[in-house]
Amino acid sequence: MNTNIMIVGVGGQGTLLTSRILGGIAIEKGYDVKLSEVHGMAQRGGSVVTFVRYGDCVREPIVEEGQADVLIAFERLEAARYHHFLKKGGVMIVNDVVIEPITVISGATTYPTDVLDSLEGKYKIVKVDANKIAAEVGNQRVFNTVVLGVAARHMNVEKEVWLKVIENTVPPKTVDINKKAFLTGLGE
Amino acid sequence: MKKLLLGNEAIARGAYEAGVKVSAAYPGTPSTEISETIAKYPEVYAEWAPNEKVAAEVAIGASISGVRSMCCMKHVGLNVAADPLFTCAYTGVGGGLVAVVADDPGLYSSQNEQDTRMIAKAAMIPVIEPSDSAEAKAFIKRAFELSEKYDTPIILRSTTRLSHSQGIVELEDRTEVADKPYEKRIDKYVMMPGMAKKRHLFVEDRLNRMAEDMASDPLNRVEYGDKKIGFITSGIAYQYVKEAMPEASVLKLGVVNPLPEKLIREFAANVDTLYVFEELEPVIEEKVRAMGIKAIGKEVFTRQGEYSANLLRKVVLGKTDYEEAMAGLPGRPPVLCPGCPHRSVFSVMKSLKLHVIGDIGCYTLGAVAPISVIETTICMGSSISTLHGVEKAKGKEYIKNWVCVIGDSTFLHTGVNSLINSAYNKSSGTVVILDNRTTGMTGHQDHAATGKNLKGEPAPAIDLVELCHAIGVNRVRTVSAFDRAELTAALKEETQADELSVIITKAPCVLLKGNVFPNKVFVNNEKCIGCGACITCGCPALSKQDKKAKINPEMCNGCGLCASFCKFGALEKREVVR
Repeated sequence: MNTNIMIVGVGGQGTLLTSRILGGIAIEKGYDVKLSEVHGMAQRGGSVVTFVRYGDCVREPIVEEGQADVLIAFERLEAARYHHFLKKGGVMIVNDVVIEPITVISGATTYPTDVLDSLEGKYKIVKVDANKIAAEVGNQRVFNTVVLGVAARHMNVEKEVWLKVIENTVPPKTVDINKKAFLTGLGE
Repeated sequence: MKKLLLGNEAIARGAYEAGVKVSAAYPGTPSTEISETIAKYPEVYAEWAPNEKVAAEVAIGASISGVRSMCCMKHVGLNVAADPLFTCAYTGVGGGLVAVVADDPGLYSSQNEQDTRMIAKAAMIPVIEPSDSAEAKAFIKRAFELSEKYDTPIILRSTTRLSHSQGIVELEDRTEVADKPYEKRIDKYVMMPGMAKKRHLFVEDRLNRMAEDMASDPLNRVEYGDKKIGFITSGIAYQYVKEAMPEASVLKLGVVNPLPEKLIREFAANVDTLYVFEELEPVIEEKVRAMGIKAIGKEVFTRQGEYSANLLRKVVLGKTDYEEAMAGLPGRPPVLCPGCPHRSVFSVMKSLKLHVIGDIGCYTLGAVAPISVIETTICMGSSISTLHGVEKAKGKEYIKNWVCVIGDSTFLHTGVNSLINSAYNKSSGTVVILDNRTTGMTGHQDHAATGKNLKGEPAPAIDLVELCHAIGVNRVRTVSAFDRAELTAALKEETQADELSVIITKAPCVLLKGNVFPNKVFVNNEKCIGCGACITCGCPALSKQDKKAKINPEMCNGCGLCASFCKFGALEKREVVR
């Protein structure tokens, strides 16, 4: 059985770094693993999706509708946009912040703030204000590592493995703050 | 050693291990990281060329001299490089030559969805297609061998999904390949009619021989399972077949041109129902049908976009057991970054109600609402010549409220040819070069005007003003992209002028390292009346909340463009510590 994880957010929020940490975890645990990323135009503030799949033998590098065990969303609207990629009863970790897309800013449409309400009960939804927590930890930019810490509560990987991979993946100058952010997300 | 590598990194690694000595490319999503990766190996000479045609010719020269070489490009780059590559198919190679071409099914970052296999077929160039990172590395190594064995350039075809997916790859050592001695072979390397006629016959024979040999080459393989359903597939589509229907029989083609008839016929005879599952065009399918074999293909699978395992489950198995997407959610299209100098330039063009002909780069996003300024975008370098065409069709007066915009890197790619044409053929148009000192959209690559090369070494930098003068443009001026008053005056003046002019708007890309504004902008709620004028600049850091402007402090890069839209002085630039 493969584990399917999907990370969604707004271009520039660091979904790539998070998926690469998860890829490192899979390697560390000795699994086969594939990651799929988004580069280029979509990175410029658009809706972005990255996939991580690991297990005994991974074929396709993407996670498809109805197959994600965990959906990590860095923004509320993006969580809603991709909810149907989750398995029934899957875990949705939502960084519960609002980043208005240009279609809302320009007045063409409105932001549905209650967008997650209808999904309650379908999935295990965990909301966290990671931007606030990251700011308390010392740097708002590590919010994605806070979210990863929250997600880690729902994954069967030892804390030491997480910390080792984080150390090997994030820019050297940010190792300490990222570890702190992760542990805070993990609840320690 | 095992490592998790992007498809593009694996391609570069494979070329390195195969002993490649020269690599040339122009950046283009999804191919860019191949060059960025190979440039890190000191044994390989790697460069950014101004465009793909030049890159292909560099690789051809290196190959003729006797070393293994490669050039890399995105699918539309192949159009630019088509001229040398089509003829290189005739000359063949000295050292192995591989052109890596990355297609973009689903159009993540492109202007069309063309299928490289169709062009390769027309060019009579063999195509090899891997299905994941491990194969990408292995296949490009094999591609160099086949190139030398059959005396042909080879195209290694990737797609966005392969190029930008990571998989586990076993790293091996580089094998240094001895340079072949250069051979003076006028009959082989001078393609004038007398020689080319003979080479055309050689090319045909070569493809036939290869098609025969590839039937037993491990690049193509048959995996028999349940013989009720069989799939002929290649590339990433193979992974979707294995995911959705692991029990089915599969003919996995690693060589997609020429196609191995014998193998196809044998496989087709062994399965009850035959599907051809290939993204984009029905290249394999048409061959299968032409052989008189019954197969199901594009009548049930689309030509558009990426495939998936769910597509197979739905079409072949009739299974769709997943939730629907939520309807009516606001879209989130890509936008120019906060602090992007292009936004400032576009705001001036919008206020002057100019028609703007666009080009390829981040600034193509100037077509997206609420900016909505760019009215056409065709291909790299097309803006200047398109404007020239409008003028020649409708006359000088007609284009007095028209301009074209082109980035510095795109200008040097192919825009410069168009400017030569405009000068030579007495255009009176106004060309705006959006000079942000980098190739932005593909992730900040250097080019011939930045003063640095792909290896990170200092390099001569073209002076764009002098270049325009040398071409014969008399009216060339440079304006700061953020100086809206001066830019307004310049645009008014140059569009009215009766001769060709170039305005170079300067301001480095806000994402370039070390390019940080000292300020951020803050809303003074006492002064803000909530009129929303600032919002119209289209910056994603701005929004309206409780009838006041609101600036997301994390997103604001402090360019101050929005402040210049506010009549009430409610947006204040303040110095911040970063």
